[in-house]
Amino acid sequence: MNRVFPTGTAPHLPAPPTVAGVMGQVLLALIPGIATYTWFFGPGVLVQILLASGFALVFEALALRWRGRPLQPFISDGSAVVTAVLFALCIPPLAPWWVAAIGMAFAIGLAKHLYGGLGQNPFNPAMVGYVVALICIPAAMTQWLAPREIAELVPGLAATLQAIFTGALPEPLTVDAVTRATPLDSLKTGVEAGRFVIEIRQSPIFGDFGGRGWEWIANAYALGGLWLVYRRIITWHVPVAVIGSVMALSLPAWLLDPGANPEPLQHVFSGGLVLGAFFIATDPVSGCASPRGRLIFGAGVGIITLVIRRWGGYPDGVAFGVLLMNMAAPLIDRYTRPRVYGR
Amino acid sequence: MIDESKVVVGEHLHRFPGGLRLRHNKRVACRHAVARPALPTQLAVPMLQQAGPPAEPVVDVGDTVLKGQLIGADPSGLGARVHAPTSGTIVAVDDGPISHVTGQPGMRVVIDTDGRDQWTTLDPVDDWRTEDPATLRAHIDMAGVVGLGGAVFPTFRKVDGAHAAGIHTLIVNGAECEPWIACDEMLMREHPRRVVTGTRVLMRASGADEAVIAIEDQMGAVQSALEQAAAELGDNQVRIVRIPTIYPEGGERQLIQTLTGREVPAGGLPQDLGVLVQNVATVEAARAAIIEGKPMIERHVTVTGDGVAEPRNWLALLGTPVAHLVAASGGYTSAAQRLVIGGPMMGYALGRDDAPLVKAGNCILVLTENNVRPTQPEMPCIRCGECSRVCPARLMPQELQFFIRSGQLDAATDISLEACIECGCCDFVCPSHIPLAEWFRHGKAEARHLARERAFADHSRERHQAREARLAEARAEKEARMARRKEKLGNDAERKRQVARAIERARAAKEKSSTPDTTEKDKGGES
Ligand code: SF4
Ligand code: SF4
Repeated sequence: MNRVFPTGTAPHLPAPPTVAGVMGQVLLALIPGIATYTWFFGPGVLVQILLASGFALVFEALALRWRGRPLQPFISDGSAVVTAVLFALCIPPLAPWWVAAIGMAFAIGLAKHLYGGLGQNPFNPAMVGYVVALICIPAAMTQWLAPREIAELVPGLAATLQAIFTGALPEPLTVDAVTRATPLDSLKTGVEAGRFVIEIRQSPIFGDFGGRGWEWIANAYALGGLWLVYRRIITWHVPVAVIGSVMALSLPAWLLDPGANPEPLQHVFSGGLVLGAFFIATDPVSGCASPRGRLIFGAGVGIITLVIRRWGGYPDGVAFGVLLMNMAAPLIDRYTRPRVYGR
Repeated sequence: MIDESKVVVGEHLHRFPGGLRLRHNKRVACRHAVARPALPTQLAVPMLQQAGPPAEPVVDVGDTVLKGQLIGADPSGLGARVHAPTSGTIVAVDDGPISHVTGQPGMRVVIDTDGRDQWTTLDPVDDWRTEDPATLRAHIDMAGVVGLGGAVFPTFRKVDGAHAAGIHTLIVNGAECEPWIACDEMLMREHPRRVVTGTRVLMRASGADEAVIAIEDQMGAVQSALEQAAAELGDNQVRIVRIPTIYPEGGERQLIQTLTGREVPAGGLPQDLGVLVQNVATVEAARAAIIEGKPMIERHVTVTGDGVAEPRNWLALLGTPVAHLVAASGGYTSAAQRLVIGGPMMGYALGRDDAPLVKAGNCILVLTENNVRPTQPEMPCIRCGECSRVCPARLMPQELQFFIRSGQLDAATDISLEACIECGCCDFVCPSHIPLAEWFRHGKAEARHLARERAFADHSRERHQAREARLAEARAEKEARMARRKEKLGNDAERKRQVARAIERARAAKEKSSTPDTTEKDKGGES
């Protein structure tokens, strides 16, 4: 008559969200940014996302098999897809297909699984993939299109696929036309050539703050990011620290010499800063754990980004900022542990 | 040693870090007044119902016992006495299920009840207002009262320590912050005068000048009931304070932080801040022990959950089988899936329902599949930081679990593993479903084990070193003696040599002065 019950450990409550759930929300939060991006630059963005996700899943499966791990639950945890999407959002929309392949091979194979897979990677996989591609195949990584408002043509789906898979550019685009300087490129080369920022900004590729089109994409990313903060998927510390440090450092420079230095908001709305602040630098695995640590981490990303934009060999520095701070993260964590109760 | 700066209790409310706002389901069990279930035919009373060593049975099979008679003694003074919950005959003193958190069986005394429920002679104090506080404390000790909020620490020891430390404020914990559990609320609602009286008795026993009864902010009715009772009893030292319902508010250290804004120092006790915290049911048990002379043989228990047909609160005898209580509450529903002693956050699952009700059993919670997390694959930690965000002790659970898993107990101790109160907040939010609190319980046990072993090794090493030192000293002593003797011997030899040389010289001088022939003669004569 006595009943026997299966036991389990506390808490005896419904399950919390899962890793896949968290990743799913990150992907959802990226939708406004992706949509805006697509509007300005054509369906190449979506094709790159699909390509990268496909490669990411294949490499993930291969790596799991190679490491002797079960495919489930890891293949469906969503982390590889998040890596792929973030990578795809960083590369030119018409980049050849093998850029995604190379990027994902390094992101998933090297940065993630060589270090022990989910949760173990010290470096942000998407950024590792991006930086490797940037260094190894710079030509393919710098073929940017002009945004819709000033473009000769926003390529359609067929033309996009053709460009990505065969390398044949649609009429009337030429290699010259697609190797468009991004706003940050022209800013950098312009300033280095001794021109004033005001003057450089006369170019139609600039919008109100950042690059034309780019600033709207940044707004959309910020929207998704704020939603993540609201959903408590990320905390406010990293985005605030990244954007805050960029503003705080560029403001005095701009006030002192507005000819050679862009205004703070231009820095914020250019390049990958907003995407980086909300979606990349907030990667928990390779970032810092404590609130104070996250502030330091974010500020570091912002500062390094600015330094590279100003003096470095690349027009943007978010990826390098994130990777360099990834290296510092364990140390920061060590020195920013919160004071434990009663100590 | 009481902290110098004044600790103000309950004037302002403070927020403790982390914590969870959980959905509460207390109401379902509060529809009926508290009642006693029918007397079971058999009670199995575990000897281990508290923190510390188990009691030792002082009865044998075949003995008849009266209600309230001592059946388990506490020779070490570190545990608590156990008494017969009703009158009857001892039919077994053996090992069996004891509803312990570890799930291990243990010693129990099984009583066949005789249905007469006949009390032994009780020994209440004459008047607690005039009685020596030490006598009041002795009554708590004799009655086997232990903390009924879950930690089941012997109350006598806690009160005695607090008295010795000279505390100023007694905090009565009526904030049962776990979902589902409602027995403390029912006690305060139905017996506010007892609660207030118990508070005053315990103030006297512990030497506190004032008291605060902390209740949850949604217990409005309880507050007015308690305030009215205090007014009727002409009491103005007992204050009722409502605090926000955030889990684990009812945790001793979090409650203190909420009421005082201060943290109990690491490795310290609440008495270091001049306060003593007692659960409200413990206060009632202490009151019954002192004023009525009744030992701790029964407790309020909530039987609830979606797996129980008619959730409600009981005043039940210790040793009552869980199955009996569930049957009295309408039995299981068809969806019953898990049986828990305690609340959903910190309670432990029972494997079978013939286990007895024990002093720690504030709640018997029967859950359905929808109430509990399905067993899911554990994923690696993604360092999302949710766990540290909700940790009331401001720990970094992700690092702790990493250290414990990889066997680095010292590293875990360095980042204050001991400060973990095992509240399970981190578990609750972890998207990777890592059983964090379970790891911490394990890690703490291991760390303590290690510390003990080390202490033992240190002790042996010290002994060894002392012995070595003694031997070395003896050796040195011996060598010194040898050296001295040698020196002495050496000196002797030297002196002999000097003497010999002096003789030699004297002889030579003699030879020089005397003639050669004489010398010859002398020589001859001498030889
Ligand atoms: S909540 Fe779980 S997954 Fe997140 S950091 Fe803590 S242990 Fe890791
Ligand atoms: S169980 Fe320990 S580590 Fe986890 S939240 Fe509670 S106190 Fe913090």
